[in-house]
Amino acid sequence: MHGFANPARFLRIARWLTPVLVLSGLALSTAAVAWGLTNVPPDRLMGETVRILFIHVPSAWLGMGGWTTIAIASLVELVWRHPLAGIAARAAAVPGAAFTAICLATGSIWGRPTWGTWWVWDGRLTSMLVLLFLYFAYIALSGAVSREGAPSRIPAIFGLVGAVNVPIINRSVVWWNSLHQPPSLTMGKSAIDPVFLWPLLAATIGFSLLFGGVILMRMRALLADIQAEARLRRKALGAA
Amino acid sequence: MREGLDQWDFVIAAYAVTVIGTLLLVVWSWLAMRAAEKRREDARKK
Repeated sequence: MHGFANPARFLRIARWLTPVLVLSGLALSTAAVAWGLTNVPPDRLMGETVRILFIHVPSAWLGMGGWTTIAIASLVELVWRHPLAGIAARAAAVPGAAFTAICLATGSIWGRPTWGTWWVWDGRLTSMLVLLFLYFAYIALSGAVSREGAPSRIPAIFGLVGAVNVPIINRSVVWWNSLHQPPSLTMGKSAIDPVFLWPLLAATIGFSLLFGGVILMRMRALLADIQAEARLRRKALGAA
Repeated sequence: MREGLDQWDFVIAAYAVTVIGTLLLVVWSWLAMRAAEKRREDARKK
């Protein structure tokens, strides 16, 4: 793993991997969305609104996946001092927050015709909203720390502490009574008919590839900023 | 379905939020990456 800690090696891999992930993600998610909109029959209970699940479920997965990325990268940063781990954690924050916001918005839009309400303060919805606020706090904290210029472990510690919310989101529909349905997909089991399952899996893989591409682009931007600043500082010191 | 609203209105609204949000995220990240890598190249040349 430490072999990938070298920024030059990371950039060599990221330069060809970024367009591969972004383009394949765009192609697969577009195909899955088109499939979900045109080739899937209405559900017996949900009617046409079942199509919202093809975008709502991947965004929920990526909202939680984003924080899991932050937590793993934070752990690597704290334990092994991996130079790219802190950058990976910071890069995952904005896309994670964006997909959490999309999950909340699409869930709310789905809830109005299905449940008769835009919002309820139940375990799943509330813990997902808490996740969005955790993202906002992490983005503000890591931004403030990077403006100070000194390396800090505070965002990494916050990233690890905030990970407590991820299993709470996952188990919320089991632990508490909720309007939200219980898990339809568990390890090796599915309660979803294959006609809905395949476009859902395709959309989840497509958006995940896109998510990976966005994280790589943001890592490259953060790394380039750090390298440019270091170079300018060295030149200023050399000229003084 | 309640209040006589067409379910497709909700489907279109949800897809619009997702498509616009995702495309904004991709374009913004790409532009930020390009700008940052240009700054690094400029710093190398100075």
